[in-house]
Amino acid sequence: MRKFTLLEGLVVPLDRANVDTDAIIPKQFLKSIKRSGFGPNAFDEWRYLDHGEPGMDNSKRPLNPDFVLNQPRYAGAQVLLARENFGCGSSREHAPWALEDFGLRVILAPSFADIFFNNCFKNGLLPIKLDAAIVDGLFKAVEANVGYTLKVDLERQLITTPDGQQIAFEVDAFRKHCLLNGLDDIGLTLQHVDDIKAFETKHRAAQPWLYA
Amino acid sequence: MSTKTLYDKLWDSHVVRQDADGTALIYIDRQLVHEVTSPQAFEGLKLAARKPWRVASLLATPDHNVPTTHRSGGVAGIADPISRLQVETLDANCAEFGVTEFKMGDIRQGVVHVMGPEQGATLPGMTVVCGDSHTSTHGAFAALAHGIGTSEVEHVMATQCLVAKKSKAMLVKVEGTLGRGVTAKDIALAVIGKIGTAGGTGYAIEFAGSAIGGLSMEGRMTLCNMAIEAGARAGMVACDDTTINYVKGRPFAPKPEQWDAAVAYWKTLHSDAGATFDATVELDAASIRPQVTWGTSPEMVTSIDGRVPDPALAPDAVKRGDWERALAYMGLTANTPINEIKVDKVFIGSCTNARIEDMRAAAAVAKGKKVAANVKLAMVVPGSGLVKAQAEAEGLDKILLEAGFEWREPGCSMCLAMNDDRLEPGERCASTSNRNFEGRQGQGGRTHLVSPEMAAAAAIAGHFVDVSKV
Repeated sequence: MRKFTLLEGLVVPLDRANVDTDAIIPKQFLKSIKRSGFGPNAFDEWRYLDHGEPGMDNSKRPLNPDFVLNQPRYAGAQVLLARENFGCGSSREHAPWALEDFGLRVILAPSFADIFFNNCFKNGLLPIKLDAAIVDGLFKAVEANVGYTLKVDLERQLITTPDGQQIAFEVDAFRKHCLLNGLDDIGLTLQHVDDIKAFETKHRAAQPWLYA
Repeated sequence: MSTKTLYDKLWDSHVVRQDADGTALIYIDRQLVHEVTSPQAFEGLKLAARKPWRVASLLATPDHNVPTTHRSGGVAGIADPISRLQVETLDANCAEFGVTEFKMGDIRQGVVHVMGPEQGATLPGMTVVCGDSHTSTHGAFAALAHGIGTSEVEHVMATQCLVAKKSKAMLVKVEGTLGRGVTAKDIALAVIGKIGTAGGTGYAIEFAGSAIGGLSMEGRMTLCNMAIEAGARAGMVACDDTTINYVKGRPFAPKPEQWDAAVAYWKTLHSDAGATFDATVELDAASIRPQVTWGTSPEMVTSIDGRVPDPALAPDAVKRGDWERALAYMGLTANTPINEIKVDKVFIGSCTNARIEDMRAAAAVAKGKKVAANVKLAMVVPGSGLVKAQAEAEGLDKILLEAGFEWREPGCSMCLAMNDDRLEPGERCASTSNRNFEGRQGQGGRTHLVSPEMAAAAAIAGHFVDVSKV
């Protein structure tokens, strides 16, 4: 997994609540058996004016000029500013794969859906929950200032605005450790093989029908 | 002795180890596998030269991509080459790793959340995961069940464990008797209407109360299935005689010599009297009316007696924007009575409502009637080959076919339209599935979530009607 330590990136605002993973990556693209290449189809139905299917040359498709991610002032954004319950719906990890492949590294929102939130951390994406009033203020600041960037420091758990204001954020210690060091969970879990085996022996004795 | 919730009991009995900050390794008893979220996980295992920790805990079936029309060509007969490759990849991975799979053509194949319980592969007291958010379905068996992403699919395959932190516990208590034509689906939608699609975020929900105890296992599965639409990864119902009677005799159920011990343990799987929850929500069963969603989120729901709401009356600016966008997408005008909304298509199926009881409910409404002329397609997609066979043995297929419904082969179908079953732009559908998101059933398609009874009644009338009066 790609490490996340510190980033200063352009912010793009997506001003709607309950953005679901069907919107982030529509189902026709889930037919891929790969982990990569989903970026050009992130938000496909909002981003393009035609109907997208796998295998199309996305560079030749008509873009929706009204969709915020298509606006030139937000080109190259790495920080997505979003509203409540971002990433709700399906558990598809293709959603964080698509956002990461698109170039995003940080998502700021007042709340996230649980499975999506969890999936982000497995893919070098940092989702940050912020107070709704702070998110509201950021929406206003981003819209008022072309080229608005934020500095996100995971080690210090601190976001810094262009005018020097600092916003502290919470992150789970284990997830922070994995993200800072680019660690995958499986290797870490397998350090506890003895614990797993001991549990399994006890569990099998208590509920043998599970192992029949 | 301290009192425990059902969730406490399920969690505590699966903790392998726990760190001081609460991050735990949880042992997983069962992983269900389908073709969409597993190929990258199997590939990860291969790249790291790993094997599944306990291959017998895995059970696979293709469901999202499979055609629901002719099956005679088998996998090779799937017209879309990339859908076909995904199903072939599942077959090849299961063969390579020795995973039990019910393939296309096997009567046991079906929607993974219908197939698992039907086989007895979901048992009380288990932890169950699957790379699919509707894994919450299995909580109906007093199991701890939730959806996971593909990285976690691989993690559970490799280690039999999941890295997790305990959620908070919410009690949703529904007391009383449901009215005529009111189902588990209506309870689910009414709960979501009350707490919102993020109301359960961070919680595991236990559904309890006399109305829940009165539901069949099919109904409890419908209810727990929709817990994720309330934001809760897991939904659950205590084990009782209904649970035990359902499990008995199924292929993966405990063998006779282990049965009594299993039942004795399962009977402890309920919240203790006086157990405390972090949040409690109460609903009166008698006041729940048949529900219909009007927007693009399951929380945008009202009863059949209601009207499309007016965004001007929304509680805040963000909601007003959401409602306006939803009405524009849905092609609806504020204050339109729900029972005047006409439908173009009807879909009865999905992991929410494609079990035998759902087939019976649809057939009971359709019996002796005809699908309305303005309805272009009314399709019934049983949840598994076994559900289909049972329905046919009861003559339900004939009733539905005579009424003008199509009777299809099992799969996820138009719930998410990964196969050929989909809505065209602007088409309006009465659907028994779980999500009415923009584009969910086809780009530009307009979904109204309802129960099987309400969907069948809409097919016959050509618009939504109060099934309790049909």
